[in-house]
Amino acid sequence: MNNYTIDNSQSLTQWIDQLLNSCMPSWLATTVECLLVGVGLLLVYALLALFYILYERKICAYFQCRLGPNRVGPWGLFQSMADAVKMLIKELISLNHIDKFLFALAPYLVIIASMLCFAVLPWGNGLQIIDFNIGIFFLIACSSIGVLGILLAGWSSNNKFTLIGALRSGAQMVSYELSVGLSILTMVAFAGTMDVGKIVEAQADGWFIFTAHVPAIIAFVIYMIAGTAETNRGPFDLPEAESELTAGYHTEYSGIHFGFFYLAEYLNLFVVSGVATLMFFGGWMPFRIEGWDGFNEIMGYIPSVVWFLMKAFVLSFVIIWFKWTYPRLRIDQLLSLEWKYLLPINLVNLVLMVVIIFAGWHF
Amino acid sequence: MEMKKVTTKSMPYEAWKDNEYIEKLVTELQESGANVVVGALDNLINWGRSNSIWPLTFATSCCGIEFVSLGAARFDMARFGWEVARSSPRQADFIMVAGTIVNRMAPVLRRLYDQLAEPKYVISCGSCAISGGPFRKSYHVARGIEDIIPVDVYVPGCPPRPEAMIYGIMQLSRKMKVERFFGGVNRKEDRKKYLAEHPIEDC
Amino acid sequence: MAELQEKISKRFPGATFEEGETLLINIADSSLHDLVKALRDEHGFDYLVTIVGFDRTTALGCVYYLASTKTQRLVSVSAQTTDRDNPMLHSIADLYRVAGLYEREVYDFYGIVFIGNPDMRRLFLNIDWVGYPLRKDYDSNPELNPVSIENERQSDTTTEWVEMPDGKVEKREHTIFEEDEFVINIGPQHPATHGVLRFRTSVDGETIKKIDVYMGYIHRGVEKLCEDLGYMQTLHFMDRLDYFSAHNYHHGLCLCIEKAAGIEVPERARVARVMMDELSRIASHCLFLGTFCMDLGATTMLFYTLRVREQILDIMERTCGARMTFNYDCIGGVIADLHEDFVKDVKELLAVIPKNLKEYNKLFTGNVIAQNRLNGVGVLTREDAISYGVTGPSGRASGWACDVRKTHPYSGYDKLDFKEIVRTEGDSMARFKNRIDEIEQSAHILEQLVDNIPSGEWLAKVPKVLKLPVGHWFQMVEGCRGVFGVYIESDGGTKPYRLKLATPSLPAAGVVDHITRGQKIADLITIGGSLDYIVPDMDR
Repeated sequence: MNNYTIDNSQSLTQWIDQLLNSCMPSWLATTVECLLVGVGLLLVYALLALFYILYERKICAYFQCRLGPNRVGPWGLFQSMADAVKMLIKELISLNHIDKFLFALAPYLVIIASMLCFAVLPWGNGLQIIDFNIGIFFLIACSSIGVLGILLAGWSSNNKFTLIGALRSGAQMVSYELSVGLSILTMVAFAGTMDVGKIVEAQADGWFIFTAHVPAIIAFVIYMIAGTAETNRGPFDLPEAESELTAGYHTEYSGIHFGFFYLAEYLNLFVVSGVATLMFFGGWMPFRIEGWDGFNEIMGYIPSVVWFLMKAFVLSFVIIWFKWTYPRLRIDQLLSLEWKYLLPINLVNLVLMVVIIFAGWHF
Repeated sequence: MEMKKVTTKSMPYEAWKDNEYIEKLVTELQESGANVVVGALDNLINWGRSNSIWPLTFATSCCGIEFVSLGAARFDMARFGWEVARSSPRQADFIMVAGTIVNRMAPVLRRLYDQLAEPKYVISCGSCAISGGPFRKSYHVARGIEDIIPVDVYVPGCPPRPEAMIYGIMQLSRKMKVERFFGGVNRKEDRKKYLAEHPIEDC
Repeated sequence: MAELQEKISKRFPGATFEEGETLLINIADSSLHDLVKALRDEHGFDYLVTIVGFDRTTALGCVYYLASTKTQRLVSVSAQTTDRDNPMLHSIADLYRVAGLYEREVYDFYGIVFIGNPDMRRLFLNIDWVGYPLRKDYDSNPELNPVSIENERQSDTTTEWVEMPDGKVEKREHTIFEEDEFVINIGPQHPATHGVLRFRTSVDGETIKKIDVYMGYIHRGVEKLCEDLGYMQTLHFMDRLDYFSAHNYHHGLCLCIEKAAGIEVPERARVARVMMDELSRIASHCLFLGTFCMDLGATTMLFYTLRVREQILDIMERTCGARMTFNYDCIGGVIADLHEDFVKDVKELLAVIPKNLKEYNKLFTGNVIAQNRLNGVGVLTREDAISYGVTGPSGRASGWACDVRKTHPYSGYDKLDFKEIVRTEGDSMARFKNRIDEIEQSAHILEQLVDNIPSGEWLAKVPKVLKLPVGHWFQMVEGCRGVFGVYIESDGGTKPYRLKLATPSLPAAGVVDHITRGQKIADLITIGGSLDYIVPDMDR
């Protein structure tokens, strides 16, 4: 479909598919493929989370004139590995007076929600786990499951701090879901499709942030704010506001259950930046400038996976930057920001986008 | 049998001040005959644990401020991976008792310790936590915390300098390296005995 | 003062007077309330500095230090009772809001019950504590009050002793929280309480209805310990109360003892003391800015402010040899001469401070979120600030000019040029900005002194074992958080008979309930942070 990119991933998946089909019945081949994808996903998931934890710790250290982890492995690269090993063997405290089933269920809900979102992210040219016509819709739906997990965690812990954290989180995520949805909707209107693959393809000649100019930039800014709020990260980290609620909704969780919340937080960060990459920065599409063929050629040589990850990491960097710079909002300010400012702006922006599409004032 | 020299990165074994203690632990471990496979797995686990020591945010007085300094740019405990200070005891690995523990605080401290998830450790930091320090004669000060919770490492000073705290936590890390996760030879037994001797009622 | 004495003796014929550094009015318990009321309303003594409990073996009683915020005059009132088994005095809690807290402290230490105080619970010690520790006949046998790991009992009611018209005293109980209130325990181990303080907070959703402050989690009995030590030996405790104002507190106690013993301090030592005070003020305010912003979620600020603090600690370490517990000021001067690099180091520090302050303002003060979080949050009016005795930068943010360096100058502060920063908004933002401005003023003081450090001796000749004459003295200095008062009572021996430390953090914690009502939980953190209390300073 894109003749200027020489990408191996497409042919690799096809090759595996052919190989499997040639030596076994097709149902078995599909099962094996699913398993391979599942294992691959888990692996990528774990590695990304570990990378992200280190990434944030290093970045925040540099913001704060510190060095950050540098003892475990070269440049501290294995620091989060060590944390993971420790977390795996840490005791899971069993508490009295709690709803044991829901207490145990909550972290899995949270982590499954973020994992499902991975399914539709366009990792590279052809590297997408599932590509169907309502991909974006699926993504928004999945990311909303997370709030359930958090609410359950807070409620089932039978602890006042977790309860307040969970309720804060509920109010926050339900509100900001709107902004996330609307800003994505604006871009969907521009792309004319909810199919992730097609959205990326539509950006082959120019990323949406350039082609849809003003409304896209507004939508992007709102998406970044709302996305940060969705992931419960500073300055919107009220549900786990450390100085107010000790550790918020996951106060009572220990060991790997806490680890799940911890990982999910970082993966949500990746998902949010991944979606922003997809909607505004062309997914895995390389950066192209019309007319500069030599430059475009070089850009095209960089594998699409690298493009996607690089863009996502840069956007995550911006979100991390927020967190370590701004103080936290108060709950009433947080809600009024959403309902009084972001939501109206978003609605106007959607209308603006529609006008621009109809008038053809885009590139 | 050759002695395993337990140390941490960029710190020669000879530079440690109290190797006898760690050697005794290692000897005990070797005499109990660690299985080879389990030993290797133990090594991995101990590598993880000893490199990921998360403190509980806990400070009562002056030593706590030095603990803040320890996190700041000059001393930067993040280098060792200790900067993930958790406010919830369930998620922390060790409690650094930084400051005086008074009668009223003792039950709270004990409760915090009980809330920590295993494996858990205690560093008694500063002379107040060790013995009562300058307030030893007071009517409302616990004369050392070892009557309240079991202590792994003592860091003397009033308050100890951040360097001393780093040394103390490194000692703790070294201690973790010679522990056996499977089988629980050394420390767990002690603690069980300790907790049996210092019981508290369920509430 | 003579005029005041005349007026009072006319109205209260039973009153006797003692001239000293401050006028002391001895009054019978029955007219105590009326006298204090008259002093407050007619003579302008609207600020209760402290209540000092005492046990003179024959009698138990209190000395009330009152000050006028207009004329800055001090007066003290003393009332006592000879009934040791059932000592009772009348409360003045209805006249000064802070008095309720001070009276609880006296009750805790001496067992004196205050009639009319609506909250007569123990302040620092457990409810089942045996004995009153500061009484001279206190049995300090640790078996009576062992260190227990059982959870402490706590009462959900407060006790009030009410005087009936027929003169009988009746005991009444008030419940603190109703049955159906949602009460959250914030603390004692909580990242935002700056130590081990406990707020029992009743909330309605996110809105705070009432707060019950619990203290004593770091009560170390310093005042009792001092009674068993020589004057020199009492000094080192000052480092460990408010560990950020270690120098200032040392300074205060030294001044008080020197005043009593009539020791003249060499000029060089005085300048050294003032410089160290101002350095520690800068360091303390820097740490405040950092931890306050961290409480609000802007963690990075802490690391920037600690950079300046580390630089100051380096300067102090060169001279004093320690990073936190300096023990530098001693009776008769300072314990060691300033380090030879001191002047150079201070100049380097002064060069970086303006740059850093600019950075802090850029990073935090101008931030929209910070503005919204701080403006109009926790407003404390001037009247309340005085009534609650909230001094220091917090009091000055409410428009009360309470800087001891200006009101009762000591150690040559009157010869220095600096501004007293007073704001009138009284909200958290004013308290925050006040501290930034005070850093500037402290730097200005240092600028004036750094090139004019007199040469010569730094320690006067002081007898090895110091004896103070019989009498009592009171000295106030400006700590980093407000007025720090020292009261020494001597029986002529080598040890203080009674040493009372009036610290600024106790009233600051006492006002939290008043200004957080109706605000959000997050505002409790803002307000607590902006009041900047230090818990060991509060509990002593």
